[in-house]
Amino acid sequence: MTPTPPREPPGLRPVSLHGWWLVFGLGAVGLASMAGLVLGPADLGVGRVLVELADGLPFLEFNSGLGERQQAIVWEIRLPRVVLGLLVGAMLATAGGAYQGVFRNPLADPYLLGVAAGAGFGATVAIVTGAGDGIGVLDPVPLAAFAGALLAVALTYLVGATGGRLDPVTSLVLAGVAVASFFTAVQTFVQQRESETIRQVYFFVLGQLRTAGWDEVVLLAPYTVACLAVILAVRRRLDVLGVGDEEAGALGLEVRRMRLVTVVAASLGTAAAVAVSGLIGFVGIIVPHTVRLIFGTSYRVILPLTVLFGGAFLVAADLVARLVLQPAEIPIGVVTAFLGAPFFVVILRGARRAS
Amino acid sequence: MTGCGFDDPTGPAALSGAMTTAPVATVAQRVVSLSPTATEILFAIGAGKQVVAVDDQSNHPAGAPVTDLSGYTPNVEAIASYDPDLVVASYDPGDLVAGLEALGVVTLLQPAAATIADTYDQVLELGDATGRIAEAVRVNQRIQAGLAEIASSGAGGGLTYYHEVDNTFFTTTSSTFLGQLYGLLGLSNIADPADEAGFGWPQLSAEFIVDADPDLVFLGNAAWGESAETVADRPGWGAMTAVRNRRIIPVDTDMSGRWGPRVIEFLAEVRAAIEGHAG
Repeated sequence: MTPTPPREPPGLRPVSLHGWWLVFGLGAVGLASMAGLVLGPADLGVGRVLVELADGLPFLEFNSGLGERQQAIVWEIRLPRVVLGLLVGAMLATAGGAYQGVFRNPLADPYLLGVAAGAGFGATVAIVTGAGDGIGVLDPVPLAAFAGALLAVALTYLVGATGGRLDPVTSLVLAGVAVASFFTAVQTFVQQRESETIRQVYFFVLGQLRTAGWDEVVLLAPYTVACLAVILAVRRRLDVLGVGDEEAGALGLEVRRMRLVTVVAASLGTAAAVAVSGLIGFVGIIVPHTVRLIFGTSYRVILPLTVLFGGAFLVAADLVARLVLQPAEIPIGVVTAFLGAPFFVVILRGARRAS
Repeated sequence: MTGCGFDDPTGPAALSGAMTTAPVATVAQRVVSLSPTATEILFAIGAGKQVVAVDDQSNHPAGAPVTDLSGYTPNVEAIASYDPDLVVASYDPGDLVAGLEALGVVTLLQPAAATIADTYDQVLELGDATGRIAEAVRVNQRIQAGLAEIASSGAGGGLTYYHEVDNTFFTTTSSTFLGQLYGLLGLSNIADPADEAGFGWPQLSAEFIVDADPDLVFLGNAAWGESAETVADRPGWGAMTAVRNRRIIPVDTDMSGRWGPRVIEFLAEVRAAIEGHAG
């Protein structure tokens, strides 16, 4: 099939990112963050937390009346947890959006190429072998999860690249399915051999921000910022890719290289996020699709807004996880799916009626 | 709380056999234990010589015939290969009792004790099955006397505690067997408001623990690398009273999770740690 240059494909219609959409996204981030800071199982008083936060700003001196422990709750427990939620949510949602573009598959999520299974495998090995002692300050579980995730994606790419007659997208996705199944099987085998660690593995798989501190933020931030920057930089080309590999190639896009760069950035960022937060499901599917349904189909619009709404969504979900059964917590992965799925259905129905 | 009290540990009522799946007609000579607690009880009542195999988690006493049998994922064939006339387990994943019954092997299911009365019952039940009933009664009397002595010390009077099961802040309330043991020392538990459903093992959030500011932190997960140092390093925990006063106390994971005769040793260690810190 030869491309027909005169007719511009729909994805290439100029769609601009309205300034007020960004303001809306930033507002969601601000609102979720504020709620995450002032609310929690420890009743510190909304007003006093706000004064305490103002006191933290440079050149301002206020007395919030919070005791030392309560200040520690605000600055060392809630604030890093909110920041981590923003980073992980933005990364997972945006990686999901990028995968959906690069694979032209609406069901693609950040775990498509085996990141989740690889991370689960790595974390399980670290937990089961009790590698916790001797490495010093660095917790080996996230490191092993990160390594496992990268291993799985690399394996998927190697297997997928030798796909023969299949088209490269199908070949990669199928390779991802095979690699994920394989790593899941190995993980299950390892964890069955050491049954007393099953619960620890289970909680990794469900995802958590509960033990988050500034250390995790410092570990994760560079990966998130770099990977988000790469994905945002290629968002225009993702629109071009939407017309198909051959057509995009005819339009001058280096399809293979562009796909590799996007997949590497999304996978690396996802692996880093998963390493510190465990496997938080569904964010990478519903956030980009919700943004798409509300704000339009161009990746130039979708991806920047997905960064913002992904972060806001995960912080809000984490707040729900902390509050619903307080002072007990529920795994955040349960909240993202339980709240996300019905919300998404509403958006989907609204969009169908509108069209 | 009557549950943690001192129910008659010697009475025959305990032998009514509510947990017995089949009557133990004769004295068992080849016992397989898939429960670390049952293993400890069997050896405590002097039935150790009748035990031919214990599961991979039964690490006490030292002389127990440890095998690679699993109590979590028991394999009927592997168990049967020891030719047992009695199998004791704390957990049936679905077909253990039925599978052994099909092979003509009697199984005693002794689940985790909810109160100390359950411990007394299980000791007597094992004494009955192994022909060591007099020894079983003596073991129960020893447990009872030990608990009474510890309870009278009032070592933990007025202090609050948080018992950490794992580093995702799973803990126990005062209603579980373990919580009742801590209660005997006069300690009060910070997690009770977190467990409206009464399950007994809620998960807390870090800020709740920091805010509750317990006087004592017991680390049931010290065997997995947690220590006073790692706890002090956690975000926000440095401001806690227990961290300031260095009252982070590692406890033996096995002893704090079992309900056999070693509850006395466990409580004695906890008490010594509290009193050692008190000075």
